[in-house]
Formats: sequence, structure tokens, C-alpha cells
Amino acid sequence: MSYFRAENLSLHFGGLKAVDSVSFAVEKGEILSIIGPNGAGKSSIFNLISRIYPPTSGRIFFEDQDITNQPAYDIAGLGIARTFQNIELFENATMLSNLLVGRHRHSTTRLWQELLFLPSVRAGEKMHRRRVEQVIEFLDLEAYRDKLISGLPYGVRKVIELARALCSEPKLILLDEPSSGLNVEETEDMSFWIRDMKTELGITVLMVEHDMTLVNRVSDRVIALNYGRVLAMGSPSEVQRHPDVVAAYLGA
Amino acid sequence: MRFLFKTDYEDDIKLIPHSGYVVSYGILLAFLLIAPFVLSSYLVSQLVFVCIYAMVGVGLMILTGFTGQASLGHAAFLAIGAYTAAYLQQYNVPFPVYFLAGGLLTGVVGALVGFPALRLTGIYLVIATISFAFIVEEVLARWESVTHGNEGMRVKTLSLFGQAVPQNGPTFYYLCLAVLTLTIVGTLNLLRSPTGRAFVAIRDSETAARSMGVNVSLYKVKSFAISAAITGLAGVLFAHKLSFISPEMFTLQLSIEFIIVILIGGAFSLHGAVLGAIFLVMIDPFLTYLKDDLPGIIAGIAATFGADSITAGKIHGNVAAVASANGLKGAIYGVIIVLFVLFEPLGLYGRWLKIKLFFQLFPLYKRATFKRQKIYVKSERNR
Repeated sequence: MSYFRAENLSLHFGGLKAVDSVSFAVEKGEILSIIGPNGAGKSSIFNLISRIYPPTSGRIFFEDQDITNQPAYDIAGLGIARTFQNIELFENATMLSNLLVGRHRHSTTRLWQELLFLPSVRAGEKMHRRRVEQVIEFLDLEAYRDKLISGLPYGVRKVIELARALCSEPKLILLDEPSSGLNVEETEDMSFWIRDMKTELGITVLMVEHDMTLVNRVSDRVIALNYGRVLAMGSPSEVQRHPDVVAAYLGA
Repeated sequence: MRFLFKTDYEDDIKLIPHSGYVVSYGILLAFLLIAPFVLSSYLVSQLVFVCIYAMVGVGLMILTGFTGQASLGHAAFLAIGAYTAAYLQQYNVPFPVYFLAGGLLTGVVGALVGFPALRLTGIYLVIATISFAFIVEEVLARWESVTHGNEGMRVKTLSLFGQAVPQNGPTFYYLCLAVLTLTIVGTLNLLRSPTGRAFVAIRDSETAARSMGVNVSLYKVKSFAISAAITGLAGVLFAHKLSFISPEMFTLQLSIEFIIVILIGGAFSLHGAVLGAIFLVMIDPFLTYLKDDLPGIIAGIAATFGADSITAGKIHGNVAAVASANGLKGAIYGVIIVLFVLFEPLGLYGRWLKIKLFFQLFPLYKRATFKRQKIYVKSERNR
């Protein structure tokens, strides 16, 4: 059985088939990239997995468990974290509190304990803080701990969003265009981090990406989509040579 | 300028980051403790109102400032707390019991209001909470067997451990101060725990909060309940302070006053709730001043610039008519809100931060530091 599996997943908005019976599987510990022209349905697949939209039909399995009907907030609890294409950080909070929200699924304290800030809450906070610090170290974010997000540049925010996802200690991470808006050096850093996430932290990565250099550098397998359907699946070079993919991009 | 060297994760958690806080809050506390002995009884009475309004401000700040859910119905929560106290008092229930019962009942009602509010955002939520406030006001007026309708209810003098605590005495003031302090400490504790961070996360991006595992609906209901409970506790003290309550005290105007408290004080901080409460309580003496002294002063100025006694008398009459006009208070509230939204959206506390930074950085302060930045990447948000 595969680690993560989508079966005949569809999302229709009226007559528009944003995702049209897409099936794919992700093996444990691999980096799988989804590519495709604009409007191919890549982000919609992510939004289906993280339950922002309910699928029109199809099923989603994670670790042999059917998660198609889990509420959105349970998805993180199962160990699936994600980032967003247009950065969804908590703008008016510091980086630290953003990352600590990433720890939310591990918090066990109750409301009355928090009101009194009992020793158990204090111990929990310190533990979360320590974990957050490990992620800060992993992604070189030491300079921004107490900075408000609203004052930080785009490239840094992008990394902070990745950091927030990592803070939840996910088993599977969904990266929605991790390199969009980043310059060449930042993209290179991102590719190292993505590979380190796989090798050092043992996280399975599912990623939507346009930058083919990054895709080639990190991916184990690639899926190409167009008009909500799978065009090709396989190693990066196979998919890029596939005639349907060439046609979709170049319009032959 | 002070630089903090953090050497322990404790430094990020503790409520008192450095010794400067001990000094400034120590002075404030000492002043508040000796206040009944040095200030006139009128001013002490005003301080009690500041405490009560500040409590409501803290409650509303949790809901509106930190969770981002607007409410124009907090007068109703205050009323529920106040009426619970007045009702239970008839059966000789001791103060600590009906005080907590007032908070608890209001918290439950708050949670019930929170459920239908889950599907509403922005202006629709405001409309829903206003409707709730109207319903409560109407219920209080009609449910005569419990609330005595529009006749109102008399609230007996508070008695604590067999001792009478008159609402104008220093003990009542200390009681209000203690309750406010505990509320603020509890709220600060909440804000540095997972729940407080979940509130802020919901305010800034519900989608992201959800994808990080925050049960958005549950936390919105929690926020409503906590906010309402604090307001209910304030309501019990409010009932004792006024010693008489009736439905027409808990109108929309009172809810707007609470919004003013957090808007003028400065959203997103508890300092703001207290500063806003001080500001609001000061408006009344200011209006009295307008009524009593302003006509004479303006007529006097006119006279010194050569106006004859008839003209001066006319000016006196006109100014007096304006200063004692009905609805002047509402008009002043409106002007204040507009001015603050236009010129100081961060409120009094934001202004204080700017002044503090000016002296810390002197002479290097840049006016653009607090300039609001336009962000263009938010166009395609998931909701």
C-alpha cells in the first residue's frame, strides 16, 4: 500500500472541471512534484488534500486511513502540513508566535490551566519553544525571532511559512510553489532545504512548482497535469520528454 | 535604549521582561492603592467606573482585538451579568457565589451566541450581535416576573463575609481593582499560551490557522464565551456600583461606548483597553464642564474683544444651548471615532508607543517607522 494515495479525485465548479479524476500515489520518503501550466489544477489538488474544498468525488488515503471526510483542522493533526502559494502568515504577530502556532497540534493544555499558567503550561511552552528553535536553526531564521511579519521582505516570509509548517513536525508536507517570488540564490537555498527535509528529517514532500531547475534538482518523480487531468508521470527527464507535456507547454 | 539579552526560553515567556517594568508598574500600583486616601470621593468613584469599563474593554479586546470578531452586543452581556446578580441577591445568595454565577451564565450565553456567529464575518457579524443585544433588551423589559420589566431592579448593598461594602467606599474600589487586575493577569496568561495564539491566528488568517490544526469554530466559540464571561463579571460590579438597574441602561449606545474603549485605547493590546476606559470615563466630566463653564468663558472672551453686554449675553445663551443639547454625547462619540480612525488607527496606546520610541531613538526617530505599508499579494486569498 502506498503512503499517500488519491483515487479518482475530482473537483468541479459547475461545469468547470478544475480537477478531473486524478489518481496518484506518494511513496514514503520521496519528493514528488506536480507541474503543469497555469490553471491546470495543481493548487486545487492541494486545497482538496487540506480540505479547504470538499472533493466532488474521489477518495484520499493517508497511511491507509481514509481522510476524505476529515475536518480541515484534523489534517494537520494527522501529520500533513502545507504552505500556501500567496503566503498565509499571521501578519500582525511576531515570527516566533507564527511558528508557535505551528506547534498547535502538539499542545495538550486546557483552558483553565492556561488562565492560571500552571507549571504544566509553562513546561509545555518551553518544550514548544525548544522545538521551534531547532526549526529556526535549520532554516537560518535567527535574525527575525521577534520581528513582526508585516515588516519582513517576501523572501523571508516564504521561508517562515516553510518553518511554520515544519514546526508541526509533519510526516507529509505540501509545498505550494516554494520558489515563487524568490531570486536565484534563495531558490538554491530552498532546494537544499527541501532535500534536507527528506534526508535529515525524513519528511515526505509533495510539491507544486513551476521552476524546472528546482524540480529537476530535488524531485524523485514528477506528475504533469493539464486541464485537471494527468498527462504524464515518471522521472523528471521522462516527463519533460513526454509528447503531451511538450504539447501542453509549447502548444504544438 | 535598552537591549535585552535573552539567555533562556523563560525570557520569552515571562510577563515582566525587565526591571523597568517593576518600577513603572510598582509606581502605578502604589498610586492606585493610596488613591482613596488622596483623591476626592468623586474621583475614586470615577476610578471604579474605569475598572468596570476596562474589564469590559479587556473582554471585548479578546473577542475583537485578538480573535478579530466584531461585536456590538456587549451591553447585553453586561446586562445579563448585572441581572443575574440582582436576581440571585433576592434569595440571599452570598456575593462570591452570584459573582461567579454571573460570569458563568454570561459565558454560556456568549458561547450560544458564538455558534450562530460562526458562519458570519465582518459587517454581518456586527448586525447579528446588535440583534442579539436588542433581543436581550426586550426580554429584560418583558420578563417581568424575573426582571421587574421597565420598573428596574434595586440592587442591595454588597456584603462580603458579613461586612457591608458600600458602593462609594474604598473597599468597593479595592474589590474592583483586584478583579480587574486578576482579569488582566488571566488574559495575559491566556495570550502567551496555545489558546491565545490560536485566537490571533484566526484573526490574521483563518485558512492558515485551520491548516495548522486550529479548530477555528471551537476557538471562535471559546473566544465568545471568555469575552462574555469577563463582561458578565463586570456586569455584577456595575449593578452594585449603580445600585439600580433597568433595561434602558443597556442600550446600543452602551455597546458603542465599549467599542470606543477598544478603538480609542488601541486595538491589539490590553493597555489599550485600560487607556480607552480612562478616556471614556473622562468624557462625562468634560461634558459637565462644557455645560457649566464654557458659555461664561466664551462670552468673557467676546466681551474682552469689545462685544457689548447684549451680544455677549446672546453668545452666552447660544453656547449654553449647544453645550446642553440632547444627543451632544453621541455626536462627540462620533467625532472622536472618526478622528481616531483617520489619524491614529492604533489608538492612544499606539500614540504612547510612538512617543516612547521617539525618546528612545532621539534624535534618530523617523516618522515613517509606523507608516502602514500596502501589500498587493493578498488578492487571491482562500477563504
